[in-house]
Amino acid sequence: MTPQMTTWSFFADHRAEILGATLDHLALVVIAMIIAILIGVPLGMFIVQRPALRAIALGIASVFQTIPSLALFGFLIPIPFIGGIGKRTAIVALVLYALLPILRNTYVGLTGIDPAVLEAAEAMGMTRAQILFRVRFPLALAVILAGIRTATIITIGVATIAAAIGAGGLGTFIFRGVALVSDALILAGAIPAALLALLADFLLGLLERRLKVS
Amino acid sequence: MNTKPPLSPIKTIEFRDVSFHINVIPSRVIVSGISLEILHGETIVLLGRSGSGKTTLLRLMNGMLFPSEGKVLVQGRSTAAWDPIRLRRGMGCLFPHFTVAENVALIPTLENWDASRTAARIQEMLQLVGLDPREFAHRRPRELSGGQRQRVGVARALAADPPILLMDEPFGALDPVTRAELQREFSTLAHRLGKTIVLVTHDLREALLLASRIVLLEAGRIIASATPQEFLRLDHPEVRAFASSLAIAPGAPV
Repeated sequence: MTPQMTTWSFFADHRAEILGATLDHLALVVIAMIIAILIGVPLGMFIVQRPALRAIALGIASVFQTIPSLALFGFLIPIPFIGGIGKRTAIVALVLYALLPILRNTYVGLTGIDPAVLEAAEAMGMTRAQILFRVRFPLALAVILAGIRTATIITIGVATIAAAIGAGGLGTFIFRGVALVSDALILAGAIPAALLALLADFLLGLLERRLKVS
Repeated sequence: MNTKPPLSPIKTIEFRDVSFHINVIPSRVIVSGISLEILHGETIVLLGRSGSGKTTLLRLMNGMLFPSEGKVLVQGRSTAAWDPIRLRRGMGCLFPHFTVAENVALIPTLENWDASRTAARIQEMLQLVGLDPREFAHRRPRELSGGQRQRVGVARALAADPPILLMDEPFGALDPVTRAELQREFSTLAHRLGKTIVLVTHDLREALLLASRIVLLEAGRIIASATPQEFLRLDHPEVRAFASSLAIAPGAPV
C-alpha cells in the first residue's frame, strides 16, 4: 500500500474518532475565545480611559505571547485552581495566548478613531461613557473583530499542543503520530486543525467586512 | 417651541477681557484681550486667517475651553458654572456609523425625548434643510454628497432647538456653487429661526452674506467689529487684505 492509501484508509476507519476530537478541539477553542473576549475587550476599553495602565496591560499580555506554548502549559500544571492536568489548564493557557491580539486591537481600534468624529461627539455634549459606547466602540468593532480573528486562528493552532497536558482535541492524534512515527496519525490531527483554522478565518472575515464602516 | 423674543436686547454671550494661553514653556498665547458682546438674535461671523483664534473663541463659548484670564458669560452665567453638556450640542462632522436619521436624532436621543416626538422632529428637520426624509433618512453619511452632509449637519444642530448655534466653518470643503447655494438657504433659515448664531469662517464672501456683524481677528485679538456694510469701509491693513481676496484676479478692482 502507498502512504496516501494508508492515510485515506485511516481517515475512513477512524471517522467517528476524528470527528469527536475535532468537536473537542472546537469546544476548547470556543470556550477559550469566549473567556478571552470577555476579558480582553472590556480591559481594552478600560485602558483607553486610563493611559497609565495601558503599558502595563499590553506589556503583560505580550509577555504571555513570548512564552513557548509547551512551556506555558508546563508552568500552569503546578498552579492550584487554574492548573493541573486536563482541559481547565489548557483553557487558561489558550486564554492567555488569545488575550494580546484582542486587547491590542481593542485598544488600537478605540484610539484610532478620526479626531474630527470624537470632537463632534464632544461638541454634541456626549459624556465620556457615551462617547465610548456610542461612538468609539461601534467604529472600532471591525478592528476588534480583526483581533478576535487573529486570536482564534492562533488558538486553533496552539490548542493542538494542549493534548500534551491531557486536554484532548486534535493534538492527541499528532502527539500519538509523532510517538509512533505515523504520518497518517499526524495528518488525522493536522488536516482537521488546518481546515478549522481556514473556516474560522473565512467566517470571521465575512463578519468583519460586514461591520466595516468607511 | 421657539423662545420668545426678548423685549430689550439681552446679551446672549459676553466675553469680558478674556485671554487664553496654553501652558507649555514658554506659554503660548492663543487669544488675548477679548471683549465682545453678542446680543440675542445676532448672527456673528468670526472672520480671520488660519490660526487667528476663531475656533478658540468658539470653544470658549461652549465650554470645551475655559479662559486663562477674564470671563465668558453665556446667558448671564459664566461658562465655568454651566453644565458643559448643556452648552454644547453644536456642530461637527456626522457620525459615519449612524444613518442620517440617527445623526439628526442624536441630541433628542441624548435628552431622552420619546420616540414619536423624535421621529416627528427628524421629518421636520430634514424637510427644513431641503432633504426628502423618505429618500435620505436611512442613508449613511458616506452615501451623501458633501452638500447633503452639511445639510444634515445643520438639521442635527437645529434638532433640539438650541437658543445658540455655534458653527465652525459649516460650509467648508464644498464646491463653490453648492457652497453659495447652501449659504443663501442658510441665511434665509437663520432669519426665520431668530436664533443667536456664531459662525467661524475665513471666507469674507460668506461673512458678508450671512453676518449681522463681522468680528475680525488677527493673531488672537479682535481688530474690528462691524456690520457687513461698514466692514469694507474700515481702514485697516487686515481688512484690506481680506477685501482684496474678493477680487477675481490679482489687481482687479474690488
